[in-house]
Amino acid sequence: MSQPLPPLSAAELTPVAVEHIAEVLTRPSLSYWQDAWIRLKANRRALISLYIVIALLLFTLLGPLLWTIDPSLQDLDQISQPPGVDRMATLVTPYAPWHGESLNDPRDSAIERLHTVGSADSQAVRLRWNSDPEATGGYRIYRNIFPIGAERAYGLPLVMSIRETWFEDRLDLKPRTYFYTVISLNELSEQVGTAQTITVELKRVITVEDAQKRGLINTEVTPTIGTSVELKLHPLGTDYLGRDLLARLMHGAQVSLFIGIVAPFLFVMMGVAYGAVAGFLGGAIDGLMMRFADFVVALPFLLFMILFKIMFGIGPGESGILPMLVAMIILSWPGTSRLVRGQILQIREEGYIGASRLLGAKTPYLVLRHMIPNTMGVILVTLTFAVPSAIFTEAFLSFIGMGVAPPTPSWGSMCNEGIKTMLTTPHELIFPAVLISITVLAFNLLGDGLRDALDARMRSRE
Amino acid sequence: MLQYSLKRLLQGVVTIWFIATATFFAMHVVPGDPLTSDKAVTPEIRANLEAKYGLDKPLFTQYTIYLGNIVRGDFGISFTQKNREVNDIIREHFPVSATLGLLAILFAALGGVLWGALTALFRNRLPDIVIMFLVILGISVPSFVMAALAQLSLVNINALFGVTLLPVGGWGTVAHMIAPSLVLGLGTMAYLTRLMRSSMLEIVNSDFVRTAKAKGLPATRIFSKHQLRNASLPVITVLGPAIASITTGGFVVELVFAIPGLGRYFVQAVQQLDYTVIMGTTVFYGAFLVFMVIAVDLVYGLIDPRVRLK
Repeated sequence: MSQPLPPLSAAELTPVAVEHIAEVLTRPSLSYWQDAWIRLKANRRALISLYIVIALLLFTLLGPLLWTIDPSLQDLDQISQPPGVDRMATLVTPYAPWHGESLNDPRDSAIERLHTVGSADSQAVRLRWNSDPEATGGYRIYRNIFPIGAERAYGLPLVMSIRETWFEDRLDLKPRTYFYTVISLNELSEQVGTAQTITVELKRVITVEDAQKRGLINTEVTPTIGTSVELKLHPLGTDYLGRDLLARLMHGAQVSLFIGIVAPFLFVMMGVAYGAVAGFLGGAIDGLMMRFADFVVALPFLLFMILFKIMFGIGPGESGILPMLVAMIILSWPGTSRLVRGQILQIREEGYIGASRLLGAKTPYLVLRHMIPNTMGVILVTLTFAVPSAIFTEAFLSFIGMGVAPPTPSWGSMCNEGIKTMLTTPHELIFPAVLISITVLAFNLLGDGLRDALDARMRSRE
Repeated sequence: MLQYSLKRLLQGVVTIWFIATATFFAMHVVPGDPLTSDKAVTPEIRANLEAKYGLDKPLFTQYTIYLGNIVRGDFGISFTQKNREVNDIIREHFPVSATLGLLAILFAALGGVLWGALTALFRNRLPDIVIMFLVILGISVPSFVMAALAQLSLVNINALFGVTLLPVGGWGTVAHMIAPSLVLGLGTMAYLTRLMRSSMLEIVNSDFVRTAKAKGLPATRIFSKHQLRNASLPVITVLGPAIASITTGGFVVELVFAIPGLGRYFVQAVQQLDYTVIMGTTVFYGAFLVFMVIAVDLVYGLIDPRVRLK
């Protein structure tokens, strides 16, 4: 047994000062969207993507107002012009025929076997070489835009066999570097001896008459031959018809982004309506509606896109933005409707719906106040992810010639045109391709960010 | 399992019927008569064709004739090429597309599992960051751009070495198949890598992995037996839809690489409005895709018993 404690006297007890030590754990109440916005802002990738999307929209909508060049205007002086601001051309006299004679150029007497005569420019390149006694079958001339490598690819044969020891090239010349090769042939048209290759750098020239016709120089003043004039500016270069690439990209963006944003918006709306009705009605009708959705899902998407386009009487080579839109909507809604139906079925059973009903809420109130706001996050995320796939679809269809037809540009059709000349002028492919990729990338990352911000259940585990 | 398989097969048949019906009516709505083309169709050919398809009969009769022909496996005769049956076209060109698609799927699945597992192992370190960056590129760049870039780099590489390491286009040898199937599988591989990574990260923290660790199993064994096998299950589920996207992606790759596959034929038929070829290839592709998805589901059922028991 322990000893009892001595009794306490009142003096031993001192009162403790009253302190408010309880923490105040309140902060301003946040709505769902405010919370989502804060989460999105914290996600740097998503935020950058959002800026890119806004920049793309500005490029599409404001771009054509600032850069007013007609996208279908053909500038035939500058066909397949690479990007850059170099646009000086030298004024020259009109083309005069040449028959191999020397033009009193000191280079003519040089010992080089193959050489140019006069100035090599985008009007004509004149070549002369010493005669080869072995060349009983004449000479063959090639032109290449790449250096002649180990594979001995001489490039484009300009002429199969000529007897003369001179040649004038006027075929589709661009102000760039060319590699000319002359080979000697025997009677059987086989190569004898070694090939001679010369590197020729071409100047960009324009005749006085052309310059005056295009309003590049004043018609009153007699122009001096040899002075420089400025051609029209094409910062991103031109395509194979001399159309300004920047203007085409802006107008192409209108088609690509229009389909990429409007089509998903419409089919997501349709999917929401269908899914909400199915989820709401439930039972046999729900089962029937969902079976039908399953069938539509099973249709091979791109095949039916093409089939629908034909069905609307849009043959290949005709522009069909509207049929493309309709076909996309008809084929794409089931995914969203399934998702929304699932959400509605789930929400219907939630406790807060029951509580709300108990407090006397009517169906419209339940739908508007509880069901739609609670599915909105999922819908928005689906919408964002649907945009890149719609842009891909448009690009794919335009690429195989079933989308928008010339002269309307779209990024896909520009890629289709650019791919044909990708070896010689890669910029015609690269610019639209990069824009498609950036757009798709931005929407994908934005979708990831929105999913993380809006939907706790779908939050990615990265 | 047998009941499940039969049910899936029955569903597949109904789906194919739906595809065939949708194709028939879609093509029927096309304005004009398939026989009135710019090219002159002689009365004999016209009579033969009308008799074959019953074009003079009511719509429903035409539909039953069409379905009957499909059931017998007869897709008709090409409208633009003389003496060529759609069946011949499919028989000749589908194996090429199938080879290309199979290689692409193989490449995508193996690559996806491998890269995905690697990124999860090196989470937030250099290999993870590099691979995930490439994955994002793979998802964002359209297949025709990839194909063009691959060709461009092949040209340069061949020129650099002075010999043709890999041909830039065409079909025939194994060397021809490598570049196009890599390009075709790239998008799917990127997608699968992402999927594999998240599934792998989930598995790493699961109870059975912890148990295996507690039992003292070596890390390599846990990785190969416990993590990799379980984490690749979701990859198998999406292989069905992936086959669909690879088949249609094949159209473009076949066009760019000049491969004589069915996809290129389909695009050509569309451009020439060759009705029977369009309808035949659509139904054929549709049926093929439906059965591929079913096959993948059945394989999945074999691997994961939970699916069978449901």
